[in-house]
Amino acid sequence: MSDAMIKAEAVHKRFGRNEVLKGITLDVAPGEVMCLLGPSGSGKSTFLRCINHLEKINSGRIWVDGNLVGYRQKGDVLHEISERDVAQEREQIGMVFQRFNLFGHMTAEQNIIEAPVRVAGLKPDVARAEAKVLMDRVGLGDRLDAYPAQLSGGQQQRVAIARALAMKPKLMLFDEPTSALDPELVGEVLDVMRALAADGMTMVVVTHETGFAKEVGDTVVFMDDGVVVESGDPVSVFENPQHARTQAFLSKVL
Amino acid sequence: MAEADQSSEPAPAPAAPVEINAVPVRRPGRLVAGFLIIVVAAALIKSAATNPRFGWGTVGEYLFAPTVMEGLVKTIELTFLSMIIGIGIGVLLAVMRLSPNPIVVAASGFYIWLFRGTPVLVQLLFWAFIAALYPVISLGVPFGPALVNLDANTWITPFVAVLLGLGLNEGAYMSEIVRAGLLSVDEGQEEAAKALGMRRMMTMRRVILPQAMRVIIPPTGNETIGMLKTTSLVSVLAYTELLYAVQLIYATNYKQIPLLIVASIWYLVLTTILSIGQYFIERHYGRGTAREVPPTLLMRIWQSFSTWRHTRVEIPEPTRHGL
Repeated sequence: MSDAMIKAEAVHKRFGRNEVLKGITLDVAPGEVMCLLGPSGSGKSTFLRCINHLEKINSGRIWVDGNLVGYRQKGDVLHEISERDVAQEREQIGMVFQRFNLFGHMTAEQNIIEAPVRVAGLKPDVARAEAKVLMDRVGLGDRLDAYPAQLSGGQQQRVAIARALAMKPKLMLFDEPTSALDPELVGEVLDVMRALAADGMTMVVVTHETGFAKEVGDTVVFMDDGVVVESGDPVSVFENPQHARTQAFLSKVL
Repeated sequence: MAEADQSSEPAPAPAAPVEINAVPVRRPGRLVAGFLIIVVAAALIKSAATNPRFGWGTVGEYLFAPTVMEGLVKTIELTFLSMIIGIGIGVLLAVMRLSPNPIVVAASGFYIWLFRGTPVLVQLLFWAFIAALYPVISLGVPFGPALVNLDANTWITPFVAVLLGLGLNEGAYMSEIVRAGLLSVDEGQEEAAKALGMRRMMTMRRVILPQAMRVIIPPTGNETIGMLKTTSLVSVLAYTELLYAVQLIYATNYKQIPLLIVASIWYLVLTTILSIGQYFIERHYGRGTAREVPPTLLMRIWQSFSTWRHTRVEIPEPTRHGL
């Protein structure tokens, strides 16, 4: 394939009769930070979840780093790949959720080392050392032994980012990472994401934080009603939106 | 105004807050109810102590009798082994019930329908007479050659029959408890595990089940106590657990009441021990949650007595952190 990190071609997704994605085509280059904006129900989160096969797409193709997501193509025929292979593909793709989804019965450290030890087969003490580095990186080096319930929302989300990074992904997906946070906690999470972007991580971020999109995003994609309405660099999309729907949306959120 | 005042003279040091020490509301209803209950309890105790037919001497004589002790051990053994079988089957059935494969789901549903739909006593009798149904138990390829042939009469001993009867029946009930526990865990947990590259079974074992335990433990404690008492049904199969042991004794000395009291005392002792154990298991699986494990019944009674005397006794406070 091309050297895009993510390549999506005419992706369609239906839930029952409800068509949520109506042909999404886009490319994300390695190291690119793409922000997906749009009203709720526009399909941003669904598209994100298709990238790591949490949702099966109904037509079209998605490639991550040149590999077809969820299928293998032999001639003209698509074969579903096994659970093991899907899991292997997902190891490469970090994901951060709106509701954090930290494992509630594990401490921050246990959350972070779980997949490296159990899935990637890392030695526990190596994984613990890496967890410490990651927790320092998200500014929580002293909270390794805290359970999620003992952390604020912003701290939980930072642990969740550290947990995703522990698998050394090529790509990070963020599904409205700050939407469940109190306003004063949003900044600390965005700071971590900003640093990650500066390190060259490829990121796809579904967000309502237009400030973040403007500052950190390389590309901004505006979606509405299952299609990409407008995309481009943040300056042109925010300052000079071409499409009426984009203009209407931006006039409300800016 | 106030600001001007403050600038002219230094603010007075804030006075220490005064603890409220009010006279508590009188509650005559509580006193009357408490008094009545104490009177009734005293009457019952007096009757139990003075009615010679209770045979307390005989109770004391047989409480630690070797036959009773052996029966007690068998009861404990049966309770634990059947619960282990029951929990194992219950987890298996619950996981099967949530499988994407409809045949697996149906098999689990059928098992539960069958074993929950017939009385456990009937099932116990079935297992006792299994040799009449299957004189030889063959293990091998279905519809193909048998690899091992087991004589049912030698292999299905009374102990095995009883264990199968109790354990397989319990599995049907446990599966519903486990299923409720699995469903209580937020879907996001499974998604997060998937996104990290964990597979279904690992997710179940490492992420979902441990968190489901919080919901599973209390009813399982209940089931264990229920099982402790259900083992007494086994006496009809002439298996010498606690009840059958005392029946053997009173069959020869005709002191039914004292011996039934002996059995009851032991059942109560075991139930008490199980309840205490449950409290600590619940506390273990409650880790990581801000919600505290509620105090046990005994602790609650103690607490209400101490509030009556207006001196609150500190109940060990489960650590509560959080922001």
